[in-house]
Amino acid sequence: MPPRSNLLGWVRALVVGLALIVGASACDRGAPTVAPVSSLAPAAAPAAPTELVVFAAASLREPFQAIGEQLVNAHAGLRIAYNFAGSQELRTQLDNGAHADVFASADQANMAPLEKAGRVGAAMAFARNQLVIAVAPESATRIRALADLPLAQRIVIGAPEAPIGRYTETVLDNAQRAFGGQFRRAVDAHVVSRELNVKQVLAKVTLGEADAAIVYRSDAVAAKGKVVVVAIPPELNVDASYPIASVTGATNATLGRAFIELVRSPAGQTQLVQAGFLPAAPTFAGP
Amino acid sequence: MIGHTARMLRRRGSFGRALLLVPGGALLVFLALPPLSLLLSTDVSQLFAALSHPLVGPALRLSAFTTLVSLALVVLLGTPLAWLLAQARSKPVRALETLAQLPIVMPPAVAGIALLFAFGRRGLLSGVVYPRGQSVAFTTLAVIMAETFVSAPFFVQAALSAFRRIDPGLLLVARSLGASPLRIFVRVAVPLALPGLAGGAALSWARSLGEFGATLMFAGNLAGKTQTLPLAIYTALESDLPAAQALSVLLMGFAFVLLVVMRAALRRSGAES
Repeated sequence: MPPRSNLLGWVRALVVGLALIVGASACDRGAPTVAPVSSLAPAAAPAAPTELVVFAAASLREPFQAIGEQLVNAHAGLRIAYNFAGSQELRTQLDNGAHADVFASADQANMAPLEKAGRVGAAMAFARNQLVIAVAPESATRIRALADLPLAQRIVIGAPEAPIGRYTETVLDNAQRAFGGQFRRAVDAHVVSRELNVKQVLAKVTLGEADAAIVYRSDAVAAKGKVVVVAIPPELNVDASYPIASVTGATNATLGRAFIELVRSPAGQTQLVQAGFLPAAPTFAGP
Repeated sequence: MIGHTARMLRRRGSFGRALLLVPGGALLVFLALPPLSLLLSTDVSQLFAALSHPLVGPALRLSAFTTLVSLALVVLLGTPLAWLLAQARSKPVRALETLAQLPIVMPPAVAGIALLFAFGRRGLLSGVVYPRGQSVAFTTLAVIMAETFVSAPFFVQAALSAFRRIDPGLLLVARSLGASPLRIFVRVAVPLALPGLAGGAALSWARSLGEFGATLMFAGNLAGKTQTLPLAIYTALESDLPAAQALSVLLMGFAFVLLVVMRAALRRSGAES
């Protein structure tokens, strides 16, 4: 009975096909964050009482993991689940009820609305960051300063939705005012992608797919040896202030506060400075 | 006596059916609920307002353009491939068939990285294909390539089974009447397999419209150039939820139309064989 078995085959193909389409869009959700394990974190139920869930801007990956290790060493049985992603993505997740104990954002714009809505407690600035140009080694002779950026064949920057994208816009606008001419237009003509978090921006240069990218100073430190760092003049740069807050209704409020205190302590600040951040300004100044 | 047994059997049958209804129905509700809630929580005026969001227009045009080009590529290249695979039945050919199916089971993110390693700037073919420093990655062409890569196997698979369903006698008659292999393919095989080919094309189109992971990795995310509808939905979700919602409703509606087309084609090819 060939027609029947063929029909069955068709139905099977259809079912598999549809399942794959649905499945594909489901796993796609996690694709832009580099660490699939960490992006699964919000879905995990707060079953173990000693699991601290930290939502942090993608740029905080290295120092926060080091700081978290210190906290784990001081508290036996503690496990920290991180969710590193674009601050706007974390804010969306928190808006939609994701479970977390601590939220650290790369800008005030993604913290203030949560603070206003009572989703997080009082936010405190704990670090500052600046932008640099990460250049692929093979393009390092051509791109030596911000003014050389139009010489890059392919530039990758942050999406305007992400903090890194908005800071980049500010720097490029400042540069246009300073350099004049066609600077901004020439840069825009070479932008090939706008990524949703800074680690994805950086990855395009470390992969060799882009010649230049605008990232945080801390990311350039994290990618030491794989990219050449070109500084952006301080008068054209931004002062990216990072706020941190405990999430309202956190299961581990005490431990969350301990994490925040550690981040703001001299030990935490040392880790942040080692990672390429600047210490927080004594008085908070939002971007 | 027989009536009694039949009644008893029917009663036992209906009990069994009720027992199966619970898990089956639960799954159906689970599958129907998300699309339904998406639809119910979107009102029409909101839909039209969101469609004027700056992300929407370019993404819509780009998705229409790239998926139509990739669909054309898939059909033009996939039909001959499926025919050749359907004709030959040796073991190595079956291995080739498996190879052509591989992208179906490949996670989209893996497909994206694989495409980068093949066609990226430092990819396997970079020295051969591109002049210095050039690469197809992060261009509109990369979007088309990603869509073709993930969607072609669905079409090839459907075309393959449509070709295999053709009565071998008809092909034999054509050959005995002196038709060349090319003529048999164009005048006999393709017309007979047409409903199956159409169904496969619809499935493949739906898959490429929904393509996300491979595009994001291989083509990037730039409005007007590489930001297709799914990428625009993902980007908008983080700034403008109503726009993301409207785009989702739009894509879902179109995918539903494709599904109906595919099922109609499936019924026709089933009736004809």
